Amino acid sequence: MRRLATRLPRGWRAVAWVGVLVGVAAALSSLPPITIRSPVVPVVIGLFAFTVGLGSWIRGERRIGGYAMAAGVIGLLIGYLATRSSVGNLETVVVWGALLGAALRYATPLLFASLGGLFSERSGVVNIGLEGMMLIGAFFAVWGADVGGHWTLGLLIGVAAGGLTGLLHAFFSITLRADQIVGGTAINLIALGLTSYLFLRIYGNEGTPTGISEIPNVSIGFLDETPGIGGFLDDALGDQNLLIWAAFVLVLAVWIVVFKTPVGLRIRSVGEHPRAADTVGINVYLTRYGAVTLSGMLAAAGGAYLSLGALATFDQNITAGKGFIALAALIFGNWRPFGAAAACLLFGVSGALATALQTYSTSASYLFEALPYALTLVAVAGVIGRSIPPAAVGKPYVKQ
Amino acid sequence: MTVTQVESPPPGAPDAATPESRWLERLDGVLAPIITVLLAFLISGVVVYLTTRDLGDTLETYRAIFRGSGLSWFFELGGHDIGVPFSDARVWFPWETDDIASLAAANLQQTLIGWTALVLVGLAVAFAFRCGLFNIGGQGQYIAGSTAAILVATELPDLVDLPRVLLIVVTILAGMLAGAFVAGIAGFLKGTVGAHEVITTIMLNWIVLWVATYLFAVDGPFQTEEGGGAVPSSADVPEKAKLPVFWGDPLLQGLHIGLFVALASLVVYAFLLNRTTLGYEVRAVGFNPDAARYGGISVARNYFLAMAISGTFAGLAGALDSLGWQFRLDQTTIQGTTIGFTGIAVALLGRNTAVGVGLAALLFAALETGTASRNLDPEIFPPDLASSLAIIIQGLVVLFVGAQFVILLLLRRARTRSAAGST
Repeated sequence: MRRLATRLPRGWRAVAWVGVLVGVAAALSSLPPITIRSPVVPVVIGLFAFTVGLGSWIRGERRIGGYAMAAGVIGLLIGYLATRSSVGNLETVVVWGALLGAALRYATPLLFASLGGLFSERSGVVNIGLEGMMLIGAFFAVWGADVGGHWTLGLLIGVAAGGLTGLLHAFFSITLRADQIVGGTAINLIALGLTSYLFLRIYGNEGTPTGISEIPNVSIGFLDETPGIGGFLDDALGDQNLLIWAAFVLVLAVWIVVFKTPVGLRIRSVGEHPRAADTVGINVYLTRYGAVTLSGMLAAAGGAYLSLGALATFDQNITAGKGFIALAALIFGNWRPFGAAAACLLFGVSGALATALQTYSTSASYLFEALPYALTLVAVAGVIGRSIPPAAVGKPYVKQ
Repeated sequence: MTVTQVESPPPGAPDAATPESRWLERLDGVLAPIITVLLAFLISGVVVYLTTRDLGDTLETYRAIFRGSGLSWFFELGGHDIGVPFSDARVWFPWETDDIASLAAANLQQTLIGWTALVLVGLAVAFAFRCGLFNIGGQGQYIAGSTAAILVATELPDLVDLPRVLLIVVTILAGMLAGAFVAGIAGFLKGTVGAHEVITTIMLNWIVLWVATYLFAVDGPFQTEEGGGAVPSSADVPEKAKLPVFWGDPLLQGLHIGLFVALASLVVYAFLLNRTTLGYEVRAVGFNPDAARYGGISVARNYFLAMAISGTFAGLAGALDSLGWQFRLDQTTIQGTTIGFTGIAVALLGRNTAVGVGLAALLFAALETGTASRNLDPEIFPPDLASSLAIIIQGLVVLFVGAQFVILLLLRRARTRSAAGST
């Protein structure tokens, strides 16, 4: 308990965090269940959050201060827009439990791919082929479940196919020392072509058959009975896919592996300074091979969730850019497991809102889709805390 | 992150630059891409073979793709005639230019329309490469260009009163500017805060894609009902703003004059890089930014300029496609294009030279037209698989180009071995 207390933010950092919370409150003030109708309230609260953020930014707390400023502006905008809309509309779009549930469903494939990318990039290999690896996983999972008859087999085959794709990327970027971005682009193209080809060849125009064994949902009945927030909990977590729960566990597991075990230390050291790692006897090539292969497997699991978990079908280009959002989340989260998870969740909320908005304005929901990318662009631009990649990322290592 | 130095010799190259070895190096520069392409076709041939289960049909599929690309037109010699421009006279010509009489001519027109855009997007990637930047944003810059051109052509009614040439020039300039703006953001961020251009251009791709989708979506600000299609789209480009067609029927997607713009752009590219101070500085930064900075060249300025010029090329491609044959934009077109990634393949395969980009663009444009489903016989190869096959081939080319120095190394080793054998 005391250890925890020492880790709590202090000084201007704590002030900045308060600013972030106030910014969120600006948006909440005019959303259900509070629904204040006067636009003055969210604007004032939002501006206050911005000022607090700016204050701590000036005093040197750049990162969290930047977050507070962003939260203030976004909260102000959302709050203001909400006061312009009717309460009835708001109450149908903003059902918190359902939104959180949808956000989790949206975030899960991103999370798998993002954590996969984390291994690869932490070991020093850029992986913009995440999109392709997800696509491979998505197709082979459905195919495996169809041929093998059970979703466990499908998941295994999907993950294995993703591992092979990762291995291909590893071979070209580590052994052949090909440019890693070129290799990743190639992986994306080949995966898109190959999965479309096989899909049309095997399933033709009818698509994948119905009744494929799906990854099951975990239904938790008693959540409903929680006093006060029973409905909310039930909507959010009552009937979620097994892989969503697996994703929660995975974040913790990845954090432990990367930061608390010798293996993780090795992975990070070959990504920061391969020569030094080599000198102390770490096998740079083997470590990188392992990390990149693992990244393929994890990304494929994310793809498998998309096809076998969420829809039980496959369609051409089913990932539609999710691999790139996962990459964005990894960068936004500063190459850290919890950071990436938070980014995935944030992107998940924006994705869920976009879907919910679709009932009222299709076009506005498309603008929402651009939000994750815009936020990441702002983040790498250094406006809100600089994203710093591993030092040796993208550089092939030549053993001496 | 390092970008492949496609120009620099691979490790193990002989240092002595005798005229002979330099000549051999150039030969390798030609041979390596050819081997790359052959390898890609060979491996995708395995995929085709597994589909058709017959070697004859595999070869026949490739032959059909070649025929469908219209490149066979050049081999169909005979006694025909062709109209002399600005007159009614007709003179003898070795090829049949009438696209109704010759299917190859019609296909060739489509290939060249595709070539026009691919050359420009290829140049967009190549120019950035020469400055040491990897422009993955060709996609977004292209969409920005076509969106801007469409908006200027359809949403500014006063412009239609302009003379035709001026109207078209203004519209195309808008597209180029939009492309330059989008790419310029990435260049600016690279130059000032050091944000990696691969990440920023990927983000910009998706931002542009969703904003453009928003503009023309249902109840979006520029969506028009009169389009008449099932998909919500922009208004149609007015007749006056469409690019003149010089070969084929304007109503049946004939070849527009954008072809000459693309040809001119190749020349501009080579001139800009090799004969101007700007090009010298861009190449110096691309070769070694630290040395360039030491030599008094502003690296940040060149990053920005190189990206903006890259974006100009890609935006031009988008504008030409919009005014040349698409005439309107909708969600499917915006989200369906993969031209930015093909552009990467073009630049890599063409080794970032003007001639190389021109040839590589021809290969990929031909592949695209040749695998259009109408050109394939269902008896031999299922036509709906063909476009996926084209993407696989593209991907394999990119993969092998990435590892091209291995091919160069093998070439060199083979040569030393044969030299050792002959003495």
